[in-house]
Amino acid sequence: MFNIFQLAARNLFRYKRRTLLTSTLITLGVVSVLLFISISGSFKALMIGQITDSMLGHIQIHKKGYLASIDSLPLNRNLTGKQIDKVVQILAEEDGIEAYSMRIKLGAMFSNFIETTNIRLNAVTPTDEMKTAPLLADRILEGEKEDLIKPGEILIPELIAIGMKVKVGDGIVLVANNKDGSVNGQNFTVRGILEGISGPGGRDGMIHIDDAKSLLRINTVEVSEITIRLKDIDKLPAVFTSLQEKLGSMKNQQGMPVFEVHTWEKISPFFNIAKMIDLMTFFIKIMLVAIVLVSIMNVMIMAVYERINEIGTISAIGTLPNKIMGLFVLEGFLMGILGTTVGTVISLISIAIMNATQISFDFGRQTGLLLSPTIGATDVVLVMVIVIVIAVLASLQPAWKAARMDPITALKHV
Amino acid sequence: MSVVVAKQLVKTYVTGDIKVEAIRAVNFSVEPASFVSFIGPSGSGKTTLLNMIGCLDPPTAGQLQVVGQNITRLSRQDAARFRGEHIGFVFQDFNLIPVLTVFENVEYPLQMVQSWPREKRKTRVMEMLDAVGMADQTHKYPSQISGGQKQRVAVARALVTNAKLVLADEPTANLDKKTANMVINLMKQMRDEFKTTFIFSTHDPRIVDNVEITFALDDGTLQKLEKSAGGDHV
Repeated sequence: MFNIFQLAARNLFRYKRRTLLTSTLITLGVVSVLLFISISGSFKALMIGQITDSMLGHIQIHKKGYLASIDSLPLNRNLTGKQIDKVVQILAEEDGIEAYSMRIKLGAMFSNFIETTNIRLNAVTPTDEMKTAPLLADRILEGEKEDLIKPGEILIPELIAIGMKVKVGDGIVLVANNKDGSVNGQNFTVRGILEGISGPGGRDGMIHIDDAKSLLRINTVEVSEITIRLKDIDKLPAVFTSLQEKLGSMKNQQGMPVFEVHTWEKISPFFNIAKMIDLMTFFIKIMLVAIVLVSIMNVMIMAVYERINEIGTISAIGTLPNKIMGLFVLEGFLMGILGTTVGTVISLISIAIMNATQISFDFGRQTGLLLSPTIGATDVVLVMVIVIVIAVLASLQPAWKAARMDPITALKHV
Repeated sequence: MSVVVAKQLVKTYVTGDIKVEAIRAVNFSVEPASFVSFIGPSGSGKTTLLNMIGCLDPPTAGQLQVVGQNITRLSRQDAARFRGEHIGFVFQDFNLIPVLTVFENVEYPLQMVQSWPREKRKTRVMEMLDAVGMADQTHKYPSQISGGQKQRVAVARALVTNAKLVLADEPTANLDKKTANMVINLMKQMRDEFKTTFIFSTHDPRIVDNVEITFALDDGTLQKLEKSAGGDHV
């Protein structure tokens, strides 16, 4: 007893070597795509995690126009107390927010009593900052990590520590211009050395927010930016849209918008790299489609050519053209299923092996980043569907040719 | 009622400017359960005639009725359906499907053409294999059996659907004398048992000796040869 599936499967294995070669090609294509998606996805997620969790946060709120002039760290574009209250009230109503941190960003002169250099600083409330950027403490290369920072202490970037020959425990002076143009200086003790990361703020130093207020002689409540961490980064578009609607609609007395809200994607140049990775993934998928299309079509054209006489026989004994077409399409479909199933199994095993062997890599100045490739069920299903659909499409033309074949001509074929 | 009735049947092939009249206005009829052969030299038109009766090739003109149905103008789909329902084929090269076993080859028309239920299929296939003496070879593939056995399986496949008419194009051409005689006797036995009409296209005198009616084809024209004690005469 047999059915059309068995007949199609037996036809495929009639030419074992060819079927195996084609299936292997499809398998390799599937493995390449799935491994690329998993590794690049892991790299992307890791980098995004590094960038957002160690400095940038997921969303930042500034006074309108601050970001455009961020290079000069303008103190006159800080958010005022009333504006901060409004933001805090809106953030309290938002479900997806895990934590937020208020920062004063400032530029200062950094002196070790022998020489002086410029430094960019983020002044933070340590408890809020550690909740918002949980990987920040991991960037402290030397010095105490607990509690992040205390008043009178400074975390200095690695490059300045090397360039100015400053060690943990050394005393330094920060001199900063205040909002009114006057200058103020203050002594600090170096608490730790911060590892530099790529992206905005990645090479900034850090002081306590109370020290920034005294250094800058700020008597009121004001901050430069509010950095937000979400509970789930996948909810970023929804939370961003909600905040944008609520904050973006607020106008000052002149009718101009008060706030600007940005996601990390807008702020970090890594987003362009992430977009390039997505683009490469797309082109890799196109290549897979081409591999499957060409290989299946080639095999099916050959199968039809080699079985002309047989097609004539089954046609003569009454097999309807659509059934003949179905038989050949099924052969392509089964080959697609075979290639994609084996490919998926190999890919999943390879991903598990890579996770077990804990592959690390360096990115820029960050070393020893642990690659943990994962792949979502959606991606696996999508790749499988692509392969199978293309396999079926590739079989259509040869199958149609077989179905349309004149039985007399086919029977005469030797 | 005749199984095949041909009236003024014409088949013309046109290749560019060249017209070849393969069959020229022939008339004949074939009665049920008869054993009939078309003989003639190569190119005389016997295969063309068999192809027309088998709904594989439409006539250019005239009328052709097979098992009571006018098949002169059938669509491709309807022709396939008609063949599957009423006509069995036996080919010179046996034309068994190499990836199917003996059982499955005979089962093919019931499964892929007529969609019989599983149990009914099994019973019928075994009945036919038993009738052709191949019931003990069901699990063998065509490559594992002899030419004579292949042709017996082909006969079983042709008859399994209860076809009213079996068309056999040179069915003994690839068989040795002994096997050919066996196959001819088998077909005759099948005719007697199932009342099926067998029409042959052949050069083989062993078949001609065994058939009841012989039509001689020459250059597209047909003549019925009458059987006598000493052989066939015009």
